[in-house]
Amino acid sequence: MSRSTRFDTKKVNSELVTLTYGTLVAQMVKDLDTAEDVNKQLERIGYNMGIRLIEDFLSRTGTGRCLDLKDTADKILSAFRLYLGVQPNVVNWSGAGDEFSLILESNPLTELVELPDELKQLKYCNMICGVIRGALEMVQLDVQSWIVQDQLKGDQNTEIRVKFIRRLEDAMPAGED
Amino acid sequence: MSLGGRNRGSILDKPLSRGKGEVSLNCFALLFSEVVQYCQNKSQTLPELQNRLHELGRRVGVKLIDLYFVRERNGKRETKLLSILLYVKTTFWKVLFGKEADKLEHSNDDENTYYLMEKEPIVNKFISVPRDKSSLNCAVFIAGIIEAVLTGTGFPAKVSAHWHKGTTYMIKFEESVVGRDNQMEDR
Repeated sequence: MSRSTRFDTKKVNSELVTLTYGTLVAQMVKDLDTAEDVNKQLERIGYNMGIRLIEDFLSRTGTGRCLDLKDTADKILSAFRLYLGVQPNVVNWSGAGDEFSLILESNPLTELVELPDELKQLKYCNMICGVIRGALEMVQLDVQSWIVQDQLKGDQNTEIRVKFIRRLEDAMPAGED
Repeated sequence: MSLGGRNRGSILDKPLSRGKGEVSLNCFALLFSEVVQYCQNKSQTLPELQNRLHELGRRVGVKLIDLYFVRERNGKRETKLLSILLYVKTTFWKVLFGKEADKLEHSNDDENTYYLMEKEPIVNKFISVPRDKSSLNCAVFIAGIIEAVLTGTGFPAKVSAHWHKGTTYMIKFEESVVGRDNQMEDR
């Protein structure tokens, strides 16, 4: 367990992350034609991070398989706490129990950020959706994730919706059972 | 700027955060890795990639000037060359990276040049440079931050990152900066 305590001390100033992310978004807004393209690219970047972040999460927390989506939602919460230092709430479960919302009251990514009026289509935090999708895909869960409410657009909280699509089957390498 | 007609509180109405927030290093490392990849995809050559990272760093730096001077120094800026360099090495580095930079040296050959050294910048911690790109030092992003801070506080300089004793940032001030500083000393 000494390993995990050593790793837990590794933190960086959140403003460094905020501003680095911010300049990246700003650069994309310059490089790409539409806000929609930027949203896609941000999701993509999050996905790339998610598929790597999940390994760190599993090894750090030593967590096992989730029994149901409620379990998964709890794990996502602890990941938010671990990596972003914020504690979202899980609410608005759908009747079938295959969809839920994460409510963020504060979000280090959007500190110091203001969206200009002409970028109202921009989903600034779309990276987070990508991270969730990427990380869950690596544990055989195919999900969709999108932003419902956005503090940058005047909403009270930021709400991220996660919808379970299907379980991915383990693809075994040929020759192995 | 669209100040009028806004019914909700703008970002300027909010109190300035104390800046004590922390995020996991892994998050930053993965994010920075994506930043580098994004720049790489846009670049044909190695210098172009370095320039892009440098430019992004500069934009981060510009935003840090006021933030840190207001928060750490009550809005009081530095007027002397050595003070601003020490500010960067100590206060600034400590707030941004959690520790002071390792070493600050004045060049023997050129009075306009200073070296700031750091064994292991956090941006390089998880980066292994491919053999065919051995000259690439992604800390050029941090060099951009330093350049923006120095230039933006009235000490125009060019800052670059090199592989030497870990990473060395070479700070080359414009001649007028040192001239002005000498004049102030004389008085």
